[in-house]
Amino acid sequence: MNNSRISAKKRLCIISMFIYVTLTLLPISTGAFSDQVIQRGATGDDVVELQARLQYIGFYDEQIDGVFGWSTYWAVRNYQSEFGMDVDGLVGDQTKAMLERSTQFDKEFVHKALREGRKFTHYGTTPLDIQKGPKGSRDSGESEQDGGSPEQDQQGGTAPEQGQDSGTGQQQPSPGQQQSDTGQPQDQPPTPGTWEQPAPQEDQQGMESPDPGQVTEQTPQQGEEEVETPTDETVDPEGETNDADIQSAINVPQGFSDNDIRIMAQAVYGEARGEPYVGQVAVAAVILNRMQSPIFPNTASGVIFEPRAFTAVADGQIYLEPNETARKAVLDAINGQDPSGNALYYFNPDTATSGWIWTRPQIKKIGKHIFCK
Amino acid sequence: MIRSVMIGILTVALVGTGFWGYKEHQEKNSILIKSENNYQRAFHELTYHIDLLHDEIGSTLAMNSRDRLSPSLAEVWRITALAQNDLGQLPLALMPFSKTEEYLYNIGSFSYRNAVRDLENEPLTDEEYDTLVALYEQSGEIQNEMRKVQSMVLNDNLRWMDVDLALASEDEPLDNAIVNGFKIVDEKVEGFAEVDFGAGSSELATNDEQIAANLVGEEISEKEALEKAKVFFNLENVNGAEVTETGEGLAYEAYSIVIPDGKHDTNVVMDVTKKGGYPVWMLNERDIAKQSISLNEAFENAQAFLENNGFDSMKLVDSKQYDNIGVFNFVGLMDNVRVYADSVVLEVALDEGDIIGYEAFAYLDQHGEREEFTQELTVEEAQEFLNSNLEVMEHHLAVIENQLGEEVLCHEFYGVIKNDTYRIFINAENGKEEKVEKLANPEPKYRP
Repeated sequence: MNNSRISAKKRLCIISMFIYVTLTLLPISTGAFSDQVIQRGATGDDVVELQARLQYIGFYDEQIDGVFGWSTYWAVRNYQSEFGMDVDGLVGDQTKAMLERSTQFDKEFVHKALREGRKFTHYGTTPLDIQKGPKGSRDSGESEQDGGSPEQDQQGGTAPEQGQDSGTGQQQPSPGQQQSDTGQPQDQPPTPGTWEQPAPQEDQQGMESPDPGQVTEQTPQQGEEEVETPTDETVDPEGETNDADIQSAINVPQGFSDNDIRIMAQAVYGEARGEPYVGQVAVAAVILNRMQSPIFPNTASGVIFEPRAFTAVADGQIYLEPNETARKAVLDAINGQDPSGNALYYFNPDTATSGWIWTRPQIKKIGKHIFCK
Repeated sequence: MIRSVMIGILTVALVGTGFWGYKEHQEKNSILIKSENNYQRAFHELTYHIDLLHDEIGSTLAMNSRDRLSPSLAEVWRITALAQNDLGQLPLALMPFSKTEEYLYNIGSFSYRNAVRDLENEPLTDEEYDTLVALYEQSGEIQNEMRKVQSMVLNDNLRWMDVDLALASEDEPLDNAIVNGFKIVDEKVEGFAEVDFGAGSSELATNDEQIAANLVGEEISEKEALEKAKVFFNLENVNGAEVTETGEGLAYEAYSIVIPDGKHDTNVVMDVTKKGGYPVWMLNERDIAKQSISLNEAFENAQAFLENNGFDSMKLVDSKQYDNIGVFNFVGLMDNVRVYADSVVLEVALDEGDIIGYEAFAYLDQHGEREEFTQELTVEEAQEFLNSNLEVMEHHLAVIENQLGEEVLCHEFYGVIKNDTYRIFINAENGKEEKVEKLANPEPKYRP
């Protein structure tokens, strides 16, 4: 125990020296945001970075998923309001610059976790190594269980769990400890708590002065992570007990789950895969029109699996794997497109077996299908 | 020797095949029986629910005080939903049984409307009471007919699988006891004199009829329609365009136009109304390449598109990115009040930033002169009606259609409870909570 403690102290010394050196050598790190203005509903790497940065500074405590949804939107607005910017929920140059100054982002780390669907947190001053659980055991030297910053508490007892997993009880480097060794100012990066109290004094100019130091101070931490932990991959999955986790996600239209979309895409694919794209949208629109019609069931599955309603269901073609086009057609229809003109029925005149269907008032023909009321 | 061996082998093979065939036959039978059972269950539940429905409407009528009807009407509404569900499970899809389904729907919407209404202050009118009486009698007749069919099914051991097969076979006209029984029920319903369901049942009218009623302007020719399409969607040319007219099934007349998109080797497809020449919807069928512009730039394109086409004061209310397509939902703005009925949806490709989808059904359906709404409650007063756990993040004024199909002026609050965002509409006149929606969170990818 003592030995490990001493060696860890030594290591910390080395680290702090390393930090000093890199502090003077490294240029201020620039953000990885692309030029785009990020808007609600966007997806992609910029959104991942945005969420990670907001989480880092304590404004966003949900899953980092790469989709600019409502939670992210409110986080952005709160951030803008706290930092005295225009509160518009748009992440433009000003907001990005401010985020880059006030937070740090380890792209490789976050994206790796995102790819692997690994649970992790990228939260505030928590060093990256203990964010992955078992890593803590390797580095454990100083015991300061309660040095955990408020962010850690917000994560619902992350730190204690980590400790247990690593099997070393309270031995865990705490952010506070590491920072004191570096001899740098303590309260950066800021914790949510610190932002809430002195809100008014944070005009932009005020923020700028301490920033460079802060950024450079943290950059070495990343370096440390890279130097010290070449064996990330060996992390024991059971150790990944942090609450905040990361998983890529997708936008879904209001009122539909991705599975609903999938079922409809299967129906569209089974019914109309040889049809032009508009014809596929029209078939999807018929399903939706039926859901709204009083004379049909009210759910997607109800309409689709209604006995004898769709030939693709009757002959099992609905169980084919749908392609991307069918899915896109369904999304178009859900977003309101209706090339069929409010049709409730359609049929293929070459194969239709029911005379009754011919009696319906027809709307138009798309591809091989005639759509009717 | 060889011969007897061969005979032995063949005998074994024969017995084996026979046994296999027998097994298959058994399995097929058991599956047939299972689906038959499903149909039977749906059918018997349907008749049971229609029984219940009749009784429940009856007891509603018998209630002494008209202002205590709400629970009973709510029950009627629930039972119609169950009965509708049962009907949906029967293999009648292509059979004209729709009248009965529509009838059930009407009962449902009538009872719902009156169940949620404050009957204390606004008791049933005499006409509505008469409607209830009429519904009671009619449901009795349906009940009777359904029971006839049911007893026939039970006594003669009729199979729904036969109905299924009869409908599947191409024989016309259909001759099947069950089908005929259902036809009689349906004809009965059709024969009912139009019951007056009161205000609001016009919701039933599909909205192409409303569009037809709402269109203004001169009739235009095919040529003009093409010109209109070209200008509206800023197309380079309309060479090789095909124009067809829509059929009688669509309440408004329109030209369906297919314009080749030479650049991408696909088609731009759209409908333009004859009257007034309004584009109703448009789709470009092309494949979208890798994303190269941001959602925000796409939004600016969408907004510019609306401005160029004379949509005055539209406000973006929702934007979503689906892979490489941006979808933007605009609503009309009237004196800073959001009018949700006047909505236009635009899709923008995130590779070239062009408009690849346009849809204005609701806009054409609803846009027009509106009466002035009066705002009785201030924001603060309206906020009193909110759940105290809700942390309000945004506020707007908005006009929405409420559950009874009336347009009402509301305070629209966006707020957060825990990690979920809600949108809540509080009536600006009387503080009624008109609509509460939980807004969609991004959905995790369950599939790789």
